[in-house]
Amino acid sequence: MGRPVDPAFTSLPLAALADAALTRARELGVDHADLRVERIRTGDVVLHDARLETSHDDDEHGLAVRVVHNGSWGFAGGVVLTPAAAVGLAEEAVEIARACHPVATERVELAAEPACGDGTWVSSYDVDPFDVPMSDRIALLTDWSQRLLASATVRHADARLRHVRENKFYADTAGTMTTQQRVRLQCQLTGIWVDDESGRFESMRTLAAPVGRGWEWLTGDLHDWDGELAELPELLAEKAAAPSVEAGRYDLVVDPSNLWLTIHESIGHATELDRALGYEANYAGTSFATPDKLGTLRYGSPGMHVTGDRQAEHGLATIGWDDEGVAAQTWDLVRDGTLVGYQLDRRIAAATGAGRSNGCAFADSPLHVPIQRMANVSLQPVAGGPSTEELIAGVDNGIFIVGDKSWSIDMQRYNFQFTGQRFYRIRGGALDGMLRDVAYQATTTDFWGSMDAVGGPQTYVLGGAMNCGKGQPGQTAPVSHGCPAARFRDVRILNTLTEAGS
Amino acid sequence: MRPQEAVERALAASTADDCIVIASETHSANVRWANNTLTTNGVTRSGDVTVVSIVNGGSVRAASLSRSGVDGSDLVALVEASRAEAETAPVADDAAALVTTAPSPDWDAEPGDTSVRDLGGVAEGLAEAFEQARGRNEARYGYAEHAVTTTYLGSSSGLRLRDLQGDGRLELTGRSADGRRSAWSGLRAATAEGLQVSRLERDVAQRLDWSRRTIEVPAGRYDTVLPPSAVADLMVETYWSMGALDAHEGSTVFSRAGGGTRVGESLTDRPLSLHSDPSMPGLACTPFVTAAVSSRLSSVFDNGLPLGPVDWIKDGRLAALLQTRHSATVTGLAVTPYVDNLTLVGRDASGGTDELVAGVERGLLLTCLWYIREVDPQSLLLTGLTRDGVFLVEKGEVVGAVTNFRFNESPVGMLRRVTAVGQSEDTFAREFGDYFTRTRMPALRVADFNMSSVSQAS
Repeated sequence: MGRPVDPAFTSLPLAALADAALTRARELGVDHADLRVERIRTGDVVLHDARLETSHDDDEHGLAVRVVHNGSWGFAGGVVLTPAAAVGLAEEAVEIARACHPVATERVELAAEPACGDGTWVSSYDVDPFDVPMSDRIALLTDWSQRLLASATVRHADARLRHVRENKFYADTAGTMTTQQRVRLQCQLTGIWVDDESGRFESMRTLAAPVGRGWEWLTGDLHDWDGELAELPELLAEKAAAPSVEAGRYDLVVDPSNLWLTIHESIGHATELDRALGYEANYAGTSFATPDKLGTLRYGSPGMHVTGDRQAEHGLATIGWDDEGVAAQTWDLVRDGTLVGYQLDRRIAAATGAGRSNGCAFADSPLHVPIQRMANVSLQPVAGGPSTEELIAGVDNGIFIVGDKSWSIDMQRYNFQFTGQRFYRIRGGALDGMLRDVAYQATTTDFWGSMDAVGGPQTYVLGGAMNCGKGQPGQTAPVSHGCPAARFRDVRILNTLTEAGS
Repeated sequence: MRPQEAVERALAASTADDCIVIASETHSANVRWANNTLTTNGVTRSGDVTVVSIVNGGSVRAASLSRSGVDGSDLVALVEASRAEAETAPVADDAAALVTTAPSPDWDAEPGDTSVRDLGGVAEGLAEAFEQARGRNEARYGYAEHAVTTTYLGSSSGLRLRDLQGDGRLELTGRSADGRRSAWSGLRAATAEGLQVSRLERDVAQRLDWSRRTIEVPAGRYDTVLPPSAVADLMVETYWSMGALDAHEGSTVFSRAGGGTRVGESLTDRPLSLHSDPSMPGLACTPFVTAAVSSRLSSVFDNGLPLGPVDWIKDGRLAALLQTRHSATVTGLAVTPYVDNLTLVGRDASGGTDELVAGVERGLLLTCLWYIREVDPQSLLLTGLTRDGVFLVEKGEVVGAVTNFRFNESPVGMLRRVTAVGQSEDTFAREFGDYFTRTRMPALRVADFNMSSVSQAS
């Protein structure tokens, strides 16, 4: 907290670029114009069997001008950070808006947002991984890989680290000017077991989530890396020796390390209002949760309370202001099991009479236009709610699912299928060994309607992803999802070997 | 700074034992539409430089740094930072002598360009399509993009290679006003002139028309015709799973029990060949290796290595895997690096999607596939959804639309159940076209395609 924005970013001619672009845009008669200047540093380290395979640092710089001109969008982006280039982009943005105007029959209006003057925001982290020498980053992953490879079960070990420092400067014709910096990081290790005789193989991956934190996530006591790495080989061995699941219907207890992804796909994307209105119909898809059902759709059981926010500390979608200058907020999406809210940007907020945007515009690059992107969408725990053990105790014939792996959902967010890292048979309220080849498949509202118990705050974990895809041209966004453990009744379980016809 | 100048100045500034510089420039224009109106758009010009420094103090080490929008002082700093990182890097297992080939004759030529004006034809086509759609109580959605990327690759071993690739795509979704009927079609073209809305509108209109009658069928295994786009997605995923090192280590569908790879094994009795060739007419792609980083599938040391035709599957037999020079040594197989185009060809091909449908007694015709993810790498079991229209075929004719389905299928296992193959045609992979655009695929008829459950999506 209280960290300064990288001086290498603030020393760029930000105010001069804004003045040049916005002045030119005003001269050209825009309804609205904004300028973004960004610097995004991305570091990647990949090891295989404790040997370095990939190391790369990417340092992206760029700027973009977006205008609404005569009710039509125009957008131009480039990499040359001079006032002359900014003027050129403003002119190009107006030119493309003019060119599109005859075929753009829907007039773009933006919901009003109070101008924030000159704001600065820096995310909450201790050590920027870029301040850690590359050789030290590689050394940590080498040590961790060697710990896995020391086990006879682990034939191969993969280690991946990605960390990002994102700087954004935003200024618009309404007078908002913001400078922001955030840091995020993801580290995963995977052990692979191979049986030479049969050719069978299995893998097991660490559960640690991507986080809006710095290097301290890997070296401090925020996550028990030593414990995860120590138990991974024996978990892998148990999975390798486990019986294949019998397909059928089971009660499920789902750990937050798996449930975050189901929330992401079946609630997070389904409550994006641009999707529900058809703006993603050609690509990401639409949503069954259409605005005519707002306030009435039974999304799930009465214990279901889902929020959207851009404010959770260490959240991957957390920010001071979004890419339209809208201040971060927190709101309800599903309350008492009913659909009550959406994720908005300023255009959709105005088009649907929502009044104010809740700050969900984001662009993953200075060369991409901001679109509505996901807030941190989180399932709230129940105060005084059960522990994971208590949830399991309430299941006679079921499966406990831990860790995410494969995921897929249809274009309207009805039908999904997920696998996981590990699956435990539950018999008579207790765990009874592992299973393998498990996938669960359901329809969104059936699944959430079958949730008969929501875990307490002691089970709550902030999970998430760095690579959520949406939009054309394609953009990726980081997003967190907090959730407790939860229990679901009578869910369809597939055997993936049977599905493959073997 | 011109990209060629960036390459020369970086090489001149390098104090490493060897240096590779990749400077690329991309100009792109795009426009999106939904609900019969243009929505967002963009015109962008980007340029970035990657510097790979190689130091050789008894053992070879390398480091790669990239940066966009570099000017003179940034470039020198990038070169120096790259060398400093290489000094402390672990030994590079993929180290190999740098490639030397003759310089490109067009090395000095300027980067290619595109602009929003190049999409003027798309806008005109859409104006007409929107008007017609409104008249039928339908709406159109979609995306058009044209990009030109020019790459300049130089090295201390004397490489001076230039490559220019134009790449355009056009996608059109049609929906009825009540949202019950949805259809899609897409195409890829190297030039903006090839992006003609009228080429897709007929297909979309026909599928929307077929959807007026809906028929309920349960999930199950069906005699299924996959059009070229669906085949492209499945074959691209198969291609991406062909890493030689992973196969050699026992962790893919192309691993042989007991060690080594399945190269040489028959995957299907059908005379099907999966093939890449940078000089394929209409699908030309970069004819040499450009690798900003080393990975399981690429090696910075291979930069500039000439690419030629490769059969990945030859007449049903697995013939090659994705290689670097390093992985080829490890696996004892030929050096066959990744090529950015892919075609599946049947030696017994005949007709197209319509002819395959004509042979079906009772089965399904798909439009395209979506949200395809690996479920089990052992069999390359994939899951995903059908999207934007599945049709019931009876006695060789489409009789109406059914629901969408979730499928669970392995494209490798599926090759054994192919019962008919159409002529290969240029197509656009609905899902993976974001990353892989140059595909030429046949329609396939597959027995017992596994529709695992019904999706209510329409």
